[in-house]
Amino acid sequence: MTALIEPIIGRYVHVDIDGTHHRIYFEEAGQGIPLVCLHTAGSDGRQWRYLLADPEFTKHYRIIAFDMPWHGKSNPPETWDGSEYQLTTARYTQTIRAFCAALALDKPVVMGCSIGGRIVLNLAIDHATEFRALVGLEAADFQAPWYDTSWLNRPDIHGGEVCAALVSGLVAPQSPAAARMETLWAYKQGGPGVFKGDLYFYRVDGDLRGRVETIDAKLCPLYLLTGEYDFSCTPEDTLRTAASIKGASVAIMEQLGHFPMSENPVQFRRYIAPVLDQIRQQ
Amino acid sequence: MLDRDVALIQRGRLVDVDCLLGSTEQAFHVAIRAGRIIDMVPAPVLMRSWTFGYRATPDAWTAFWQPMPKAGWHDLLALTKRSAATLEGDVRPFMTHLQYFKDLLALPRATGGVA
Repeated sequence: MTALIEPIIGRYVHVDIDGTHHRIYFEEAGQGIPLVCLHTAGSDGRQWRYLLADPEFTKHYRIIAFDMPWHGKSNPPETWDGSEYQLTTARYTQTIRAFCAALALDKPVVMGCSIGGRIVLNLAIDHATEFRALVGLEAADFQAPWYDTSWLNRPDIHGGEVCAALVSGLVAPQSPAAARMETLWAYKQGGPGVFKGDLYFYRVDGDLRGRVETIDAKLCPLYLLTGEYDFSCTPEDTLRTAASIKGASVAIMEQLGHFPMSENPVQFRRYIAPVLDQIRQQ
Repeated sequence: MLDRDVALIQRGRLVDVDCLLGSTEQAFHVAIRAGRIIDMVPAPVLMRSWTFGYRATPDAWTAFWQPMPKAGWHDLLALTKRSAATLEGDVRPFMTHLQYFKDLLALPRATGGVA
């Protein structure tokens, strides 16, 4: 056989989340410290494929990326009646903890981007002892809204097109064209109302202002990294958040936007490799 | 510039709108039909209506049209977020064809900002 086959393996795990049965799709590669990766709102775990295919990382980490329910290959639960999808802080936290428990992960590292970065802060607030380290990409306790989410799901406008077009500006102009298009493709494929439903958590339910000060980075190391071209979660938002957390590490990533791991994996690697090395040596 | 971009015209084949585009100092009434600009005249024109308007400061356009724009100056909605541009009127056609308008208004980037 001469074809290139990537080392990533995808499977389904059956998970009970707050009393509801879910069939969660996840991909993984590598061995060692479990590293669970959380995708951005309205996208799916494919965003992490470059990390999962990096032999320098998979040598030391079991890297796992799962699709949130309603996203990617994780369908809505069988009990779903078609009602509007809406992600809450509680549901998001339950999902991550239930997934980690279902795979019996021992003190995993969790790295999330955007909504994944926000929920990482919530994990640091309420569940720090369960994790070896937490990494928030494009993460802040709050950021100012820059568009009305009602445009994301209405019958007269193509949801995939408008979702992708909105977030296209969050990709740094230096990002390779192919990676940019692939990043946006996931947004074009999202189910109706899913991006909007995720943003309920981001915009309405997940405001962590006044709570992040309670994070103890000695209990669980916390790393915050934000791309300079992210005008949704701006570098100033992340720096403000980091300044209120004792012991948090913070970095602003040049030539990157809101989707560092998928929009420019080579540039992202320059920033995430030292973080993963540091976590490994703790 | 638009006439040379066949792919953009193809993507905008369903765009039919009269809009107000330009700078806060000089805007233009732009008539778009089937993705092509068929008329563009300086505003104001007496009693001429428009569906939506997107106007940015001259400095914002200069920054936006750099071949590699600086962070925060690289997207139409980054400009509105930082109050360097305004989006007004019935924005439904703008949102329906958002990527078309983003790409249309970024065309001068290819020539270093010379429209």
